[in-house]
Amino acid sequence: MAILVIADHDNSSLSDATGKVVTAAAKLGGDIDVLIAGKGANGVADEAAKISGVRKVLLADDGALEKQLAEPMAALIADLAKDYDAVLAPASTSGKNFMPRVAALLDVMQISEIVAIESNDTFVRPIYAGNAIATVKSADAKKIITVRPTAFNAAELGGAANVETITPPALPNISEFVAEELTVSSRPELQSAKIVISGGRALGSSENFEKYIYPVADKLGAAIGASRAAVDAGYVPNDFQVGQTGKVVAPELYIAIGISGAIQHLAGMKDSKVIVAINKDEDAPIFSVADYGLVADLFTALPELENAL
Amino acid sequence: MKALVPVKRVVDFNVKVRVKADQTGVDLANVKMSMNPFDEIAVEEAVRLKEAGTVSEIIAVSIGPEKAQDQIRQALAMGADRGILVKTEMDAESLAVAKILKAIAEEEKPDLVILGKQAIDDDRNQTGQMLAALLGWPQGTFASEVKKDGDKLLVTREIDGGLQTVSLSLPAIVTTDLRLNEPRYASLPNIMKAKKKPLDVKTAEDYGVDLTPRLEVLKVSEPPKRSAGIKVASVEELVEKLKNEAGVL
Ligand SMILES: Cc1cc2nc3c(=O)[nH]c(=O)nc-3n(C[C@H](O)[C@H](O)[C@H](O)COP(=O)(O)OP(=O)(O)OC[C@H]3O[C@@H](n4cnc5c(N)ncnc54)[C@H](O)[C@@H]3O)c2cc1C
Repeated sequence: MAILVIADHDNSSLSDATGKVVTAAAKLGGDIDVLIAGKGANGVADEAAKISGVRKVLLADDGALEKQLAEPMAALIADLAKDYDAVLAPASTSGKNFMPRVAALLDVMQISEIVAIESNDTFVRPIYAGNAIATVKSADAKKIITVRPTAFNAAELGGAANVETITPPALPNISEFVAEELTVSSRPELQSAKIVISGGRALGSSENFEKYIYPVADKLGAAIGASRAAVDAGYVPNDFQVGQTGKVVAPELYIAIGISGAIQHLAGMKDSKVIVAINKDEDAPIFSVADYGLVADLFTALPELENAL
Repeated sequence: MKALVPVKRVVDFNVKVRVKADQTGVDLANVKMSMNPFDEIAVEEAVRLKEAGTVSEIIAVSIGPEKAQDQIRQALAMGADRGILVKTEMDAESLAVAKILKAIAEEEKPDLVILGKQAIDDDRNQTGQMLAALLGWPQGTFASEVKKDGDKLLVTREIDGGLQTVSLSLPAIVTTDLRLNEPRYASLPNIMKAKKKPLDVKTAEDYGVDLTPRLEVLKVSEPPKRSAGIKVASVEELVEKLKNEAGVL
């Protein structure tokens, strides 16, 4: 079968998720092409060409694609999809934005956020905040799929695919980019970090995040995450939220500080390799998934932890 | 401006569902059902836009069982003006739901459809985007702020890297994220008033939409169990274990 993978990128670098989606695509078996849609993204196309298993890279360079807004992206991808049996994209906020639009344009029911592939029409995906796992078989001739990146390893680098520049079809002009406010951080990216330390409502303020969580994160080289309660209260930006409706992470080590362990939070971190929880309530549900639990007040435990590292 | 707000009846977010022993699905007998939390945020946003004078009429729609009337009544109690229930005992898929909503939108001609970004039962995150595609309208997904700006709609979106603001021509689709607002509780007098608001009952056939699923559920199983580990007595012991036992430091 012919497979198109939609790359996740910001016109200057390729996100880790793309290589993971290529691994998922390889499980379907067939020729894999990667689409880079953006503006001035030649460098990204060259990066994608190095992913092993890629037949060719399609580069669509157009001002209308610079911010990868859903309307032009979907028009482009639905047009390209004529030549493919399956289209895959990471379940990032970008993929989740344009892929269902592509699916509806093609009259296909999207298969969202898959975590495993059983055959070329049967897929596994979590439902109910990961409290159940569904195996679904698609009757659609074309498969439109978003992939949970943490469920697949990144493809090797070592390929040398050709980059082919393509001309997009007429793109709709019904939406316009206005502004963005991106979180700048020198710390590792939340979804690809080896260690994540997350704080909950118990932190009480953004100052306490800075005073207690950040120094430990820096000693560990960790990314910082948070529960919904901490984000809602404005202690940290929205893109820190881990969970069913935030980011899904699966680092080597996940440290939950002052987080109770609601099912919606667990949905985003329970596939981490090692889980540590520090909570002053010994009955907090988070301890039921923690490999190492410490019943303690975070305001004394975290400075101790910082010193011990 | 007229607003259409679809609401879904789902398992309450506090319920930890159990998988049925025969692996055909999850056990929903006698569990609490509620309005999907993201849809409550959608209703709230429409009501606030109405209170601000931007929206003139709010229509709440649900595609689901007879009992989904409860969720429509809740939307009416929160401030929606009238309801439409498209009755089906089938678990309609997002694409079919989007097709029904498209037919309703063509009849009602709203300027704005506000939906939840995801239903907390199937976690698919796609109905709003699909509806936008079928109507050829722009979409502002995962919204944390919605503002009318002349003849455009400014939508601030929660994205992986932070926030993004887009300007959409109207009519448009918005899907809600958690930070958009905090939904109100309906007051008792409003709950009483809602009982008298009009509610039309329809079927998928009325809109000519075929509900045959495209995805066949082969089985639903328990997730891999993660068992509780040990409690450590001190930070010192924790660090020692992480270094020497888990090998992650
Ligand atoms: C539609 C929907 C979607 C949601 N999506 C998400 C999501 O994606 N991610 C998410 O995280 N949540 C999500 N939630 C929210 C979720 O249900 C919980 O409300 C939230 O996770 C609670 O956050 P918390 O653990 O920080 O706060 P709490 O539940 O209030 O827990 C605080 C914890 O801190 C402990 N504590 C207090 N003081 C101290 C101290 N000094 N030292 C140590 N421990 C202390 C307490 O014992 C308690 O266990 C969602 C909810 C809904 C309805």
